Formats: sequence, C-alpha cells, structure tokens
Amino acid sequence: MSSVGSTTAAKLARERQPHGQPLWLLAELTYKCPLQCPYCSNPLDFADTGAELSTEQWIDVFRQARRLGAAQLGFSGGEPLVRRDLERLIAEARQLGYYTNLITSGIGLDAARIAAFREAGLDHIQVSFQAADEEVNNLLAGSKKAFAQKLAMAREVKAQGYPMVLNFVTHRHNIDRIDRIIELCVELEADYVELATCQYYGWAYENREQLLPTRAQLERAEHITNEYRARLAEQGNPIRLIFVTPDYYEERPKKCMNGWGEIFLTVTPDGTALPCHSARMLPIAFPNVKQQSLEQIWNESSGFNHFRGDDWMQEPCRSCDEKAHDHGGCRCQAYLLTGDMNAADPVCAKSPHHDTILAARQAAEAPAHETDVTYRNERNSRVFARSID
Amino acid sequence: MSAPASQPDKMAAVPVLERMFRFQWEEAQQCYVLLYPEGMVRLNDSAGEILALVDGARSVARICSQLEQKFPAAGDLSGDILEFMEVALEQRWIHYRR
Repeated sequence: MSSVGSTTAAKLARERQPHGQPLWLLAELTYKCPLQCPYCSNPLDFADTGAELSTEQWIDVFRQARRLGAAQLGFSGGEPLVRRDLERLIAEARQLGYYTNLITSGIGLDAARIAAFREAGLDHIQVSFQAADEEVNNLLAGSKKAFAQKLAMAREVKAQGYPMVLNFVTHRHNIDRIDRIIELCVELEADYVELATCQYYGWAYENREQLLPTRAQLERAEHITNEYRARLAEQGNPIRLIFVTPDYYEERPKKCMNGWGEIFLTVTPDGTALPCHSARMLPIAFPNVKQQSLEQIWNESSGFNHFRGDDWMQEPCRSCDEKAHDHGGCRCQAYLLTGDMNAADPVCAKSPHHDTILAARQAAEAPAHETDVTYRNERNSRVFARSID
Repeated sequence: MSAPASQPDKMAAVPVLERMFRFQWEEAQQCYVLLYPEGMVRLNDSAGEILALVDGARSVARICSQLEQKFPAAGDLSGDILEFMEVALEQRWIHYRR
C-alpha cells in the first residue's frame, strides 16, 4: 500500500501500538476449486483441513477485522465463487465500509452473477489467467474449457463497469509469450496487470523444476515489459503493468508480507488465522477465529507475535546492518530450504544456505525434461496430508 | 507550474474522482483514504479536505471558496489547491469533467 502526505500506514500505526493494524484481510472462503494449477498457494494438505466457516462466522470475522482497522477485503480461496453465500458476504462487507476485491479464476462466473455482485456493492474483480494461449492455459489449469470462459468473463467484468486487474502467474512455460500476454490484457482493457512469477512455496515448490524460468528468460520478459510500458504510455493508455521477479534471482530477500503481523491478516476456510497465506506450513500453532477474538489473535497470540521484532534472529541476520530493511526475508522460504524457520532466507547472498538457490538456478538452465507435474487436486493433496501426518 | 494565462481555466474546471477509487473516512486511522484495487492511499489533512469536496459538480473555484470559508485564518488557498489538483491528476485519482 502506498502513502501520500506524511508517513506510511504501518509507521503511523506503530506510534500507537508496538505493531501495525491489519489493514488487509484476506478471506480464503474455501479450498474447493475447479482448476488444478500446479503453482497454487494453498497448503499441500488442504484436503485434510476442518469444516468451512459458516456465513455468520465470516460476517463476524469481517466486523471484528474492520474494528481493528482493516479497509481492504479480498475474497479468495480456492475458488470463492464456489460459496453460494458470496453475494451475502460481499453485501455485508461493503456495508461495513470495506473496499471489496473478488479474486477469481472466472470459472463458475456468468453475467447474472457479476451483476448480482455489483448490486451487493463489489468494488473490483481480479481474474487470473494461466497463459495467453488457449492450449497452454488449459493444460496448466487442468481444464479444457477454462480459457474461453476466462476471456468471456473478463469482457463481461469490464462491460459492467468494474475496475479489473488481470493476474498472470508466469513461469518457464509461458514467460516467453509475455508479449502476447500483454497484448491480450490491452485488448481486454485491464486497468492493472500483474505479471507475477511463481513464488516457490507449497505446490509451486513441489513443481519448481517444471516452473522456474532461466535468468535469460526472465531478463528478456522484463525487457519486453519495459518496452510495452513505454509504448503504451506514449499512446496515452492508462494500463499499468506490474512485473514481479521471483526471489530466486535476487541477492537480497524481500521483506516478507511487509513485516510479519504488521499489515496482513489471512483467515483460512476453517478459521485458522495466519500472518501470510503460506504460513500454515510452518511448525507454529496458529490461532483460530472459532476460539479467540481477532483482537486477541492479532495483538496477543504467540503465532502472530512469533516473528515480530528481531529477537528471534540468528546470524547472519542478527548483526546484519540490513535487518531492519528486509527483516531476514521470508520465513516459509527459510523453513522450506533449510528446515529451520529462524534461519536467514537463503535468497540472501549472505546466507550459508544460498547454495540451494544457486543450485535451483543451475537446474533451470538444463533443458526441460519430461517429468510429471503434480497438479493441485484433492487426490494429490490426500497423499501430502498422509505424509505430513 | 502552469503559465498564469491558464489559471482561470483551471479554476473553472470540475474535478471528478476516477471510478477506480473510493474516498472515505477511516475511523481506525483517523484520516481520509483513497481505496483502489488491493491498495490504499492515506491522505494528509489538507488533501482529505480538498477531496471531500470533489463531487463531479463543484469547480475548483467553488472548492477554493468553500475551504477558505471553512478555514478563514488560512487566507488564499487557491495556490495550494491548484497544486494538489496537479498531483491528483498526475496520480490519476481525478480527471477534469469534459
């Protein structure tokens, strides 16, 4: 979130509290999804989680988070359209004063439902694509009809007057067609375009070898994106292209979630509250909205306080002069690559585990060979759920 | 800054908030904000007071006179308000009604 005038939201909030306010609430309404994207950010063992929160429980979560300062609400999943009470949830959220964002694959959407959401007060729809090419898109989505449906829904979203963000997760199979992706977004009149390379947690980590682009692919894509930016600006086209590079090609880690428990609050389908949508993989007992108030969860729970401040840091982070800047990087990445969630994020060139990143880059240079992709579906998730138990 | 000759035109212009943005008071933060897809701009006091009067009907001149009435001690506000309008146009928060 950006800021104008004086100070950032997080800084201002810190003057009153030791940590920020949960400005951003991500409501993962369900883990059910008709697609099977191999880079899904849901946990590997999603099939093994508890019952979904009821309509009333969600509304109570929205009310509590709003009181704590939340202004942005994302309806996500899984595929949030699967929830038949979505219209009601949107209406209640809008009534509470949230800016409401629907983050969807577009599968399960039609013109009537888009209109019903508008009526309920929905502010914005983000449609995700897997590729600009029908065949690749459908292969990655694990669905034969996905692409045509997405195109039709993106057109309908604009026709009904919503601001629209298009999200393309890029990887080695689609990044070379970034010119076609951008042209498709221009044609669909997107307001913002997120060209976000996979981040390698959960399903994407399992499929990393199949997804990680080479450095040359990445540099070419960024160059082409910059050329389009210049050309589109010259034409007076207000479209904004947001290009996100993967951590794996950086030498310093990113400040995870703008600080653990500083701005973001995710509530998962079964009510588990997380400081980031990936954090469920960490060996931390996270609180649940069925047992505690959001205020207790945000301010007092050990889960949310776990990586606040820097007492938890080890070397090389502890004595590092950049620690306030990146806060040691991503905790999930540290845990995945080193087995220790308190370690420095191996993306950092100062990390003793940086070789794991170098090896992944090296592996990406090898010509792609035919290994199977692990699709994100119930059957595969049950295998992971068993192995985690 | 613009040439003095265009100043009267700018005072007659009618700013409109872009459809992408929602402007509202945030109780928990005690300030006005602009909300847009997955983002938020916190506004300082003067930016908030100006945008609160942007309704697609008032001209810049009307906004100036209303704020000068509300804050008589502040004196002539037109310079500051025109400057803010420039920033808001550049950020695409507003456009002038055509």
